[in-house]
Amino acid sequence: MKDPEKYLEQLKAKGLDPEREARFREELAGAREISVSDRRGPFPDFSRGLYAWHDLAVLQDQERVPNPYQLHMKALDELLERDRQREKDGFPRKIRVGRLIKPGKGGKGKIVVVPSTEEEKFLHDPTIRPPGEGGSTGGSGKGEEGEVIGEQKVRETGEEPGQGPGQGEGEAHEMGASAYELGRVLTEQFQLPNLKEKGKKRSFTRYIYDLTDRNRGSGQVLDKKATLRKIVETNISLGNLPDPADMDPTRFLISPRDKVYRIFSQEKDYEPQAMVFFLRDYSGSMAGKVTELVATQHVMIYSWLLYQYAGQVESRFILHDTEAKEVPDFDTYYNSRVAGGTEVASAYKLVNEIVEKENLAADYNIYVFHGTDGDDWDTGGDKSIPELVKILTYVSRMGVTIAEHAGTQWTEVARYLENSGLLRDKPDLLRMDIMHEDAEEARVIEGIKRLIS
Amino acid sequence: MELINQHTKAIMEGCKERARAAGLSFTDESLEYIVTNRDLIELSPKVMIPTLYDYWVHDVEVLRGKGEYELYPHNPYETVINTRPPISFYNDNNPDWLNVMIFYHVLGHIDFFQNNLYFRHTWEYDFTGQALSDKRVIAKLRAEKGRWVDYILEFARSIDNLVGYHDELSPLFMAPETATSSRLDYYFDTFLQVEKKLPVGEYLKEVARYNDAIAQNREEGERIFFAEVTAKYPEMEAHFAKSQNVKRVERRDLMKFLIENSEFLARDENQWMRSVLEVVRKTSIFFQPQIRTKIMNEGWASYWHEKLFLVDDRIKGHEVDFARVHAGVTSMPRVGMNPYALGMRLMYQLKENGDKGKTGYEFNRLSDREERKRFDAASGKGDEYLFKIRSNYCDYLFIKDFVDQEFTDRYDLFVTGKRLDPQRMVWQYYVKSRDANDYRDMVLASLYHPPYIEIAPERGEEGMLYLVHHFEGKQLVSEYIANTMVGIEYLWGAPVQLETSEAVIEQQRGSAGREGVEEPEITWQRVVYTMKDKVLSRQIL
Repeated sequence: MKDPEKYLEQLKAKGLDPEREARFREELAGAREISVSDRRGPFPDFSRGLYAWHDLAVLQDQERVPNPYQLHMKALDELLERDRQREKDGFPRKIRVGRLIKPGKGGKGKIVVVPSTEEEKFLHDPTIRPPGEGGSTGGSGKGEEGEVIGEQKVRETGEEPGQGPGQGEGEAHEMGASAYELGRVLTEQFQLPNLKEKGKKRSFTRYIYDLTDRNRGSGQVLDKKATLRKIVETNISLGNLPDPADMDPTRFLISPRDKVYRIFSQEKDYEPQAMVFFLRDYSGSMAGKVTELVATQHVMIYSWLLYQYAGQVESRFILHDTEAKEVPDFDTYYNSRVAGGTEVASAYKLVNEIVEKENLAADYNIYVFHGTDGDDWDTGGDKSIPELVKILTYVSRMGVTIAEHAGTQWTEVARYLENSGLLRDKPDLLRMDIMHEDAEEARVIEGIKRLIS
Repeated sequence: MELINQHTKAIMEGCKERARAAGLSFTDESLEYIVTNRDLIELSPKVMIPTLYDYWVHDVEVLRGKGEYELYPHNPYETVINTRPPISFYNDNNPDWLNVMIFYHVLGHIDFFQNNLYFRHTWEYDFTGQALSDKRVIAKLRAEKGRWVDYILEFARSIDNLVGYHDELSPLFMAPETATSSRLDYYFDTFLQVEKKLPVGEYLKEVARYNDAIAQNREEGERIFFAEVTAKYPEMEAHFAKSQNVKRVERRDLMKFLIENSEFLARDENQWMRSVLEVVRKTSIFFQPQIRTKIMNEGWASYWHEKLFLVDDRIKGHEVDFARVHAGVTSMPRVGMNPYALGMRLMYQLKENGDKGKTGYEFNRLSDREERKRFDAASGKGDEYLFKIRSNYCDYLFIKDFVDQEFTDRYDLFVTGKRLDPQRMVWQYYVKSRDANDYRDMVLASLYHPPYIEIAPERGEEGMLYLVHHFEGKQLVSEYIANTMVGIEYLWGAPVQLETSEAVIEQQRGSAGREGVEEPEITWQRVVYTMKDKVLSRQIL
């Protein structure tokens, strides 16, 4: 693995203003954990508060029953309608979709999109502490003061149920009914742009019916042209047509087998297939809301794709900090922790490598969705832009989402994308959407529209 | 929901007899229900109160992110509900011996609910009955006002942690004969302390002088006393008269303040909103003592289920089964805090202290560690002492008074810290401290504590509501501020301001070397949020 510290030194050698250096260092320090992840390391009780203990679980083994919202929940549509009404009444929207829980077992990531909400109050925030501090709790047993009793990798992907190898060959994600519902709602709004006919096609397990097959002797509709041609053939072979220049149809001999009919038949419908790359920045600076925003947006795009283009669209997931890696499933993609520096180019490069190695450009329509907070150690985009240009040679659409932190504006990525002129020259291929980290659900959906319209 | 069968009920009644004989006290009646998963789904959002009002949020997944425990003043999965009669919930397939253990645990809770003074305000009525009538009120309003009832519910719930629980509680303990005249209150509480700023010695002399005057002449003592006061401070009477004209304003209980003072809510067409606020406020106050006595309550119940189970003649042969379950409940985790384990160990320690007479002056004046260890006056007052603590303490006092070095040493307790090792990119869990003071502070810091937000009407501009968050080392969850204030603005009918403190985390610049990097520090700044026409603005003071 590339040592971010060394990389930082190199950058410094090339000249780096102190403000930026400090910012990069801060990012390296790991920032805070994100709450999305529930991997708890060697001591699961560490972050379990006093009030998480209760009689039913402790005495009677009655674990928390997840709320099967589908049971008594009105349909998602109805909920969203309630939310729209809220907006009309002048209050901020409250229902969020796109959350993900994963009660799945045996290594299968189960995606469930839950309508959820928060009850906001004035509360103390226990997570405010200096970076690098992880809080404290009780403990008992042996150990000198200062002794380390356990360790946990900052970026642990964990071994919990629902994790693991994820999807194997040909095995699709299990998808909760509500994700499907969400996809359906979203489908009314979007469609993949620039779908082109490409090489190897894959069928949609969907059939159309048409009068395409032909049958001699019997059938539903007589194909007159084909029948006539057959008759002429027969008569030539019988020697009944001495001079083709002077044809007398009344003298033709007609055999019953000459009659060609069109019959009703089942046809497979072929459509061009697509490959979607999801790229997510998971560097230290992504901690907190920005990650949530990007992940939420990608959950939505993903569940929409699952609904609309099931079996036809393949998804690949890439996480990056200063280095990019491909992860096997959406769950890992969604839940991985943040830390480390940022280099956007690494992710773009990996996409190019994958596309080249697997020769994807010939057979697939390729889409790339990238979410970041706009931070990049590669300030001028010197590395990213060439990779990006390469991506644009084969991609059908690339969408970059920048979720800006409060107080920042014109982040590095936004700036170099803008300066490169690519946004202007290839509006059809490259889209950028900049939103604020406090953006609401509606804004996120709006963002998707911008990226794929 | 079904009641438990007669066979099981008979076991419960047997437990009651034995628990009473051991000194626990509780009402005769109790209701035990079997709960299925499906029941739990419906009960848990309603805090296990089957008759709580309906609210759409109960049907949606409620996100509880950071600081989960702070979000609600109650645990949604309690087994025992403090009502009249008390209700408790059981799985339908518990073996008898396990039920015996759970019943003792439950009876421990019921005894605690009915004798601990922090629950004093819940003793006079049946909350489930109250909740049912509230539920009907809300259902009726919903039929008339539609979705607006839900908005008001939502806004009310967003401030339901800002209620004057202690203000509600303290008058219940005021003996009528201690009532004093308002003149006397003003003189001692405000005039001498706030206006004259009398030194403590002088102040005490004044108190003694008053007591003398009363002792000499019960009837006329106060008049004579004030005659002298007027001679000394001629302005006193005028000040007192002035103070009487100032209407006392609720300062801590935002919900009550809004109900009483909001002009918007006072309008004829908005009167109904007050009922909704009342319901939410009452519910919140009802649950307050429960979360403030979690460690004690679980410790007390665990202490008794262990003690009573072991001497119960009906469960012979299940000692090993019991030991296994009991250890699971009350073992101290290597890392983490288990209220059952912590509370039960403290109870045992206190029982022992009581038995050995380690509660009085004679013991407390000893400073020698060995002598303290050996001390045994064989006073045998352990039970009496324990019952007294059960009645008079809440978690805060319980931990503050009784967690000492002897206790933490005895059970090998320490504070676990978690820190980042930036070179290896790992979080390290380490033994941070074995000092009882640190341990105590850590437990105290993790107790439920809603922010102290005071209403300061004198500081707001015309018509504005000005709230001051008194800083206690923690900032408010910043994402929640906007929506909470939208609700308050609506209920108040005019703009609202909130003064609070926020962290500024500064990365120490300077030496870039990894070794000498200074710890980043948090500095705090005071800010004011203003919510006006549903738009939030922020200003640094």
